[in-house]
Amino acid sequence: MAAEIHSSRFRRASERIGRQFVTGVEDFGYAAALLVESLFWVFFGRWWQQPVRLQSMVKEMMEIGVLAIPVLAILAFANGAMMAMQGIYTLRDFGAESQVINGIATSVTREFGVLIAGIVVAGRSGSAIAARIGTMQMAQEIDALRVMGVAPVRYLVSPILVAMLVMLPAMAILSDLMAILGGGVITMLELNIGLGSYFERVLSVLEPADVWQGLSKSVVFGVLITLVATANGFNARGGAEGLGRATTRSVVLCISAIVVADMIFTFFLIL
Amino acid sequence: MNAPAEKLTSAVIEVENLVTYYGEQQVLDDVSLTVNEGEIMVIMGGSGSGKSTLLRYLLGLHQPDSGVVRLFDKDITDLSGSEWMAIRKKMGVSFQGGALFNSMTVGENVCMPLREHTRLDENTMRIMSRMKLEVVNLSGFEDLMPSQLSGGMLKRAALARALIMDPSLLFFDEPSAGLDPVVAADLDNLILNIRDAMQVSIVVVTHELQSAFKIADRITVLDQGRILMVGSVDEVRNSDIPRVRNLLSRTSEEQVVDADEYLRRLTGIVD
Repeated sequence: MAAEIHSSRFRRASERIGRQFVTGVEDFGYAAALLVESLFWVFFGRWWQQPVRLQSMVKEMMEIGVLAIPVLAILAFANGAMMAMQGIYTLRDFGAESQVINGIATSVTREFGVLIAGIVVAGRSGSAIAARIGTMQMAQEIDALRVMGVAPVRYLVSPILVAMLVMLPAMAILSDLMAILGGGVITMLELNIGLGSYFERVLSVLEPADVWQGLSKSVVFGVLITLVATANGFNARGGAEGLGRATTRSVVLCISAIVVADMIFTFFLIL
Repeated sequence: MNAPAEKLTSAVIEVENLVTYYGEQQVLDDVSLTVNEGEIMVIMGGSGSGKSTLLRYLLGLHQPDSGVVRLFDKDITDLSGSEWMAIRKKMGVSFQGGALFNSMTVGENVCMPLREHTRLDENTMRIMSRMKLEVVNLSGFEDLMPSQLSGGMLKRAALARALIMDPSLLFFDEPSAGLDPVVAADLDNLILNIRDAMQVSIVVVTHELQSAFKIADRITVLDQGRILMVGSVDEVRNSDIPRVRNLLSRTSEEQVVDADEYLRRLTGIVD
């Protein structure tokens, strides 16, 4: 009898793991299909009477990028300043405080500038997009689009994808600049190095490859945020509570996805 | 009130032996029906009878698991993208909750199909949308947002959007649900007027008897996924099929009690 109970418990546990694995694979496939379809509409939509309109792309760019500039600037600046403070404190033991500039320059351009931009976009737009599409799904607006002969992915996902691909690299550059500026202000105050010579040092340390590394990551982040947020929106079910769950899930998954992707990317680029 | 349906011959919708599943559960079982040109077909049934599901298949939102759905003499399973587009342009749908796009004004909502499918200039589109809003007695409301409209107005605005492409096939999902009797009666009159003025075929899905008897040329009674009967208003009214009588007289349905089955359900033991 006891063995029977154990075996059924074991069976249920393994069943659950199996099911979750299958759901995971399904979600991944769904996201991949979304990516392919939205790219298809971007490039070929015009010939299928499904053009991706410039107007809606610009609107998304405003929403995703331009309106996020203030918060991104503040976060990046603060992050650069913190890195400078911690760097100076740590390097003081070795009497190499001024080396902090090298550290800031490379780590910001390769890593933290783009990561901050990604997290800001994931937090702001990852939830907003999932909520918007989820609401539309529940109010039958997606069905209305389809019966009108408008492909929902073309109308809703493609503009977001394009906007992300344009805005995230731009925001990564802005974030780099603000973080480096933040570090510069702290080094100026702590080490009496003028901002002019600070920026000269930064430029002499940086190589194009450093910046490219950050920018290529930003493209990946843009795609990930688009897919995770829209997929969560389309799959939202179950009224207001379901919508809340979908938005929360979207933000958490967006941020996890970009951090994990960042790590994998760095692993392959550096090692 | 009811135009003779016999003189009309060609069918705009033909459904043959449609069988559908929701997961493992069978929703529609061997449903066949035709809707003729110019007639108002009411699909009537209680909650869970499968009438909303049937509508989704008629709209081509799903592919049948088995059986055939033909719109304008074309099997929906083997339509190319451009053929679908041509059919979509001939269809208008008024969804249960209206399904107006919440981010657009009423006027923009009504214009949306024109914007997507035609190259008319802004002025013409505005005039056309005002014409349709006039038809549904909503003139002057085009600059309001959908959230500012009452339930009845939402449905009429949705109807204006459904009419904007001058469709030859109109669908209504529960037109009178959630409306008070006076407003519901107005909407019924509107549906009749539109049929007379525009020569469209109309499919109405509803559970409201009064409304069904008022507008229908023919009624399809759906129950538990099967068609109980198809007939004129009088035929349905005078039907002696017990389940139809139950539906008409609002008698609750007797559940057949099977003692063994009942025990099995309670204990959850499957043998």
